[in-house]
Amino acid sequence: MNRVQQLFARRQRDILNIYFTAGFPGLHDTERIILALARAGADLVEVGMPYSDPLADGPTIQQSGQRALKNGMTLPLLFEQIRAVRLKSDIPLVLMGYFNQVMQYGEQRFIDHCVESGIDGLILPDLPLYEYEQAFREMISRAGLSISFLITPQTPETRIRKVDELSRGFIYMVADASVTGARSGISDKQLAYFGRINRMALKNPRLIGFGISSRETFEQACRYANGAIIGSAFIRALAEADDVERAALNFVRGIRGEVAAG
Amino acid sequence: MIAIDERGYYGEFGGAFIPEMLYPNIEELRNSYLRIMQEPGFEREFRALLRDYVGRPTPLYLAERLSEQYQASIYLKREDLNHTGAHKINNTVGQILLARRLGKKRIIAETGAGQHGVATATVCALMGMPCIVYMGAVDIRRQAPNVARMRMLGAEVRPATSGSQTLKDATNEAIRDWINNPEDTHYIIGSVVGPHPYPDMVARFQSVISEEIKAQLREQAGRENPDLIIACVGGGSNAAGAFYHYLNEEAVRLIAVEAAGLGVDSGESAATSVLGSKGIIHGSRTLLMQTPDGQIVEPYSISAGLDYPGIGPLHAHLIASGRAEAIPITDDEALAAGYLLSRREGIIPALETAHAFAALEKIQFRRDDVIVINLSGRGDKDLETYINHFERFKSQNT
Ligand SMILES: Cc1ncc(COP(=O)(O)O)c(C=O)c1O
Repeated sequence: MNRVQQLFARRQRDILNIYFTAGFPGLHDTERIILALARAGADLVEVGMPYSDPLADGPTIQQSGQRALKNGMTLPLLFEQIRAVRLKSDIPLVLMGYFNQVMQYGEQRFIDHCVESGIDGLILPDLPLYEYEQAFREMISRAGLSISFLITPQTPETRIRKVDELSRGFIYMVADASVTGARSGISDKQLAYFGRINRMALKNPRLIGFGISSRETFEQACRYANGAIIGSAFIRALAEADDVERAALNFVRGIRGEVAAG
Repeated sequence: MIAIDERGYYGEFGGAFIPEMLYPNIEELRNSYLRIMQEPGFEREFRALLRDYVGRPTPLYLAERLSEQYQASIYLKREDLNHTGAHKINNTVGQILLARRLGKKRIIAETGAGQHGVATATVCALMGMPCIVYMGAVDIRRQAPNVARMRMLGAEVRPATSGSQTLKDATNEAIRDWINNPEDTHYIIGSVVGPHPYPDMVARFQSVISEEIKAQLREQAGRENPDLIIACVGGGSNAAGAFYHYLNEEAVRLIAVEAAGLGVDSGESAATSVLGSKGIIHGSRTLLMQTPDGQIVEPYSISAGLDYPGIGPLHAHLIASGRAEAIPITDDEALAAGYLLSRREGIIPALETAHAFAALEKIQFRRDDVIVINLSGRGDKDLETYINHFERFKSQNT
């Protein structure tokens, strides 16, 4: 079992997954941010591999990626940073990025470097199920990595079953049809969708993402899934921070409903 | 045999690399586009609009003075004479009819030169549907007349301000809009790019170009097949339309002309077949310009419609397999060809199209070869650029 699978084996509730973009706001902030998130009590960290054309992301994450690329972020550097994190922390780590980055790095080489640096799982939103099954599935399962596919309110039931079959670790449940960061709050329609998915009794745990930004929305999401993923709101907190470690600490405490450090 | 498979691949190029949020829309299109296009009612309505509204068939014109200069029989397929001034409207008429049959209520599009934006705004006005066109902020500045036309036609033009602020970024924004509006919106892509089934669907709508060329050449030259067909390639829709019915006629040479910008090795170029490698752009596995890290490179061309870092998967396959020849043409070579066509034939071509004419200087052909050049659009939108460079080319222009 990798660290993502171990996490869900231990606990099925209130899982807090925080997303941020590697190399943002500063090129060498990656390690400090991950360690601060781990200390503050985040359960899982999703590290974004900055991409020039992130189709599934809204303006906040796009801009953080642009900045990270300008800072000089690359995949080899990211793997180095992950190795440094792994000397100090066992927090589950998943990489989020676009399939072209993996293709250019070389699919097998990418997976090897994930395993060797201590990455536990992948989220590649533009890798379709069909293509995954053709070429990539075999490599992922041999490496023991997790992989999370997405479902949305529009995903038909048979396809949700397929996503459940192919995902390893957890399913990424898009709260609302949108790019990241586009909405806030949870509507009745979304609640109905969350309920519908719950009744399907899927084998993978589910984390709700897109539009989760506060303690209130996090807790609401946790009532309907195993936890939630927060991205844009954390990126905004980092963008405004003088001290990224303190910002990470305060952000997680705010979400967990603990008193923020001064 | 050049053909697309069920998963949308031409050889190793194509497919649908899309976020799950787009899956229902793309799947709906994939399951229905061929069926709808083959309905007799659809076919009738499409053909009637092409004839009565767009003005088809467009003429195939034997350009005698140009033929004399290059010592060949050069025929011009006059897509510039279509309503709105380019081939783009063949596709938008088809897609809006399809969108209506799918029950869509809102239309989005991307545009580079503004020709596809204008063609989309036009059919939306015709059908009474709301229209939002994404356009790079740089292109909004350099194609001002088309921005004004779109607005006058009732479309909302939204600037894309990320990246190079050109066609690639406008396409990203249109895709994001579609993700955010999954239920009532149809995205009219303007070229043979994007996830399957777009490349095939757009190619089919544009294939009317080569269908007409065949009939017209038979009548005018006594033969259906030219020796060469030349077309410019941005995403590749006018070229796909001009090549379509000749794809499996091996004797017909297919020439795909790309924008080299300031030169293939200048760092300011959009010559994808030379500078590109295999990767994924806008949901399609194709050739694109990228860094070794897989970051998409910001292209450059004087022509907004060719200023794109990828090419459609059909063209990637044609070029990789040797079926088509790719010719890079610089800004200056295109400008010179644009001035030449204006003086020799009384036709001011779009800057995109001017690239195709410049290829006459670069390719080998035999005396008396029959050449068809796809005159994809007219140059009204580019007058400012032509005027700005006129002095530099004055000696050639007299
Ligand atoms: C006149 C004209 N020709 C060619 C193009 C390039 O597009 P495509 O390669 O899809 O034909 C454009 C695009 O804007 C255009 O306006």
